[in-house]
Amino acid sequence: MISRTMLGPQRTVTTVGSVLSRLDIGSGPVCTITAGWQEREGELEELQRHVNRPTRELSLYHRAEEVFSRNPDFRDAYHRRQKTLKELQRLYRRRLAHAIAALEELMRERGNDMLIQNERRAALRALRTLDRQHLRRIDHIHAAFVQSQETMLPADLMAHRKEIAGLVADSSAVLIAGGHVELLLNRLRLFDLATGLKARPVIAWSAGAMALSERIVLFHDNPPQGAGIAEVADRGLGLFSGVLPLPHAGKRLRLHDSERVSLFARRFAPARCSTLEDGTALTWIDDRLTDAVSAFRLTRSGALRPVKAA
Amino acid sequence: MNQLLEDLLRGSPNDESIKRFLESNTFPLSAPDGVTFVYYGDADAVLLQHWIFGLPSSQDLERASGTDLWHLTLELPADSRIEYKFDVVKDDVNEWITDPLNPLTAEDPFGHNSVCRAHGYRRPGWTEPDSGSRPGSMEAISIDSRYLDGPRQVTLYLPARFRRSRQYPLLVVHDGEDFLRFADLKAVLDNLTDRLEIPPMIVALTQPGDRLKEYAGDPDHASFIARELLPHLNATLPLENDAKRRCLMGASFGAVASLSTAWRYPGLFDRLLLLSGSFAFSDIGTHGRGPVFDPVVRFMNAFRKSPGTPARKLYVACGVYESLIYENRSLVPLLQANHMDVRFREVRDGHNWENWRDRLQDGLSWLFPGPLWMVYE
Repeated sequence: MISRTMLGPQRTVTTVGSVLSRLDIGSGPVCTITAGWQEREGELEELQRHVNRPTRELSLYHRAEEVFSRNPDFRDAYHRRQKTLKELQRLYRRRLAHAIAALEELMRERGNDMLIQNERRAALRALRTLDRQHLRRIDHIHAAFVQSQETMLPADLMAHRKEIAGLVADSSAVLIAGGHVELLLNRLRLFDLATGLKARPVIAWSAGAMALSERIVLFHDNPPQGAGIAEVADRGLGLFSGVLPLPHAGKRLRLHDSERVSLFARRFAPARCSTLEDGTALTWIDDRLTDAVSAFRLTRSGALRPVKAA
Repeated sequence: MNQLLEDLLRGSPNDESIKRFLESNTFPLSAPDGVTFVYYGDADAVLLQHWIFGLPSSQDLERASGTDLWHLTLELPADSRIEYKFDVVKDDVNEWITDPLNPLTAEDPFGHNSVCRAHGYRRPGWTEPDSGSRPGSMEAISIDSRYLDGPRQVTLYLPARFRRSRQYPLLVVHDGEDFLRFADLKAVLDNLTDRLEIPPMIVALTQPGDRLKEYAGDPDHASFIARELLPHLNATLPLENDAKRRCLMGASFGAVASLSTAWRYPGLFDRLLLLSGSFAFSDIGTHGRGPVFDPVVRFMNAFRKSPGTPARKLYVACGVYESLIYENRSLVPLLQANHMDVRFREVRDGHNWENWRDRLQDGLSWLFPGPLWMVYE
């Protein structure tokens, strides 16, 4: 039985220690992944106080920097891919703004109900299609990169992968912290962690939970610049299936605006959009949700409903 | 007149009913159609003194018949914020005081003013100290200046979780100590950084010696910033080596100093944040702003003649209740015509520190977008 838990932000309400202690995993060391903290990676004093057992930081951020500095051709190819993804994201954003504007205009329309409802549904379908197409294009770019590098991956990268796989296999659990979600996801991919993580108990919070979900959706309804349109950014590792985690949803989303909540829920269905706030814990055992604490699901009606365990 | 006040006065109020009225309302009385200023006390005359360009700066309050209650209603558009004082005249003696009925005051280097918030204005939450935001740290350094004759004290703001292994953008703030004291700059930086709306950045807070000389387009001040301060900071701090990640900021004469430095040393600071800039100029003849502005006008005239591209991204803001709105509006097309990306904001406020404070989120997050979309801690 493999358990996987996603938690809310750990900054003010730290629950990772108590969640870990409830897992039936013995007292062995746990691996930590804090690559999302970037240059602060591995600063574990605070976390160790809560975890209260030996930790092994996998240092994905620093290992990647080392690999890049030793293998400039690989680094350049990697950066070219990132540049292409960034440009693709920019172009997607251009289309997204129009797709959202069309839907919002139709939401404001009054008149013949059936006609308008049909057009609204069509606009939502167009939006979902755009998200799907974007994800497919991202997949193609990743696949092309993997194919181009397949036979020429740096030896030190392969050595790191092997060492990391060993550390993960020997650990009693893996803890994945939040931070920069794109960077974290890229490092998880670079060191080929998807397979290893599937075989170990995992506790992930905030961006860590996002990186392990099926789709990475970036969101903020009230940014200081720009329109605040949620955007699909990548595919995650897919360890948390069927759920779209929304860390800091209370701060980032207008959860009292039922129209926005409803649109969010319908746009990303069938994934269940779930808030991750301080104290939230959702635990799956062998893909069955067995425990749910302080999590709310965004629903098609625009209301928030408590997430319930099976 | 405000409806609440009108209702009171219609009932021939006595001292007791007036006191009840004063205790149960906040002043000035604010409504969608305007603001009513109220003073209660024995006086020969009471005048509202304010700094709204375009309105008479001194206006009489009217005494309600048979009472010591004085009032004046101004049509003030929604979202406005103004600063004011009362001039209370008694026995031929004038006394300028803050509004005794209004606890809101703003401080500046010359003292306190009362603050009037018109209907719709709310102080932004991100300007208030927040114990939940990780605090940055401050340290003082001293730089011997050849250009400004002697040592100059500069205060450095290092963002929370500062690490020497990371590289940071640089913001140089003119009148830095005043921004800290009167515009809550420390709380603003802490909050915006913590909310991921701006990246963690190093801020150098400079303070002038002879402000009216150094900030008036003075080449020596520009040389101090470009040839002494910046090299010192580059040598001692982990700063990004990219002009796009360096910004000069200032308000009033501080904005002139920022523009002048960028213009005299193009390519060093690619970002400018200019608030209520004293950008006086003359197309012909004299400028009419007094001798203090002579060097500013000389600089601005030279700049307008040959602007070049001192920076590529500029945030320019000015209150519509200040006379400098004309000069700031004039500057924008000139900058745009010279391939500079300009965001210009006109706001319903005056030439004061809280106006400049309230612009910082929009300005800083536009010039230095934070990692808001990517970071989920």
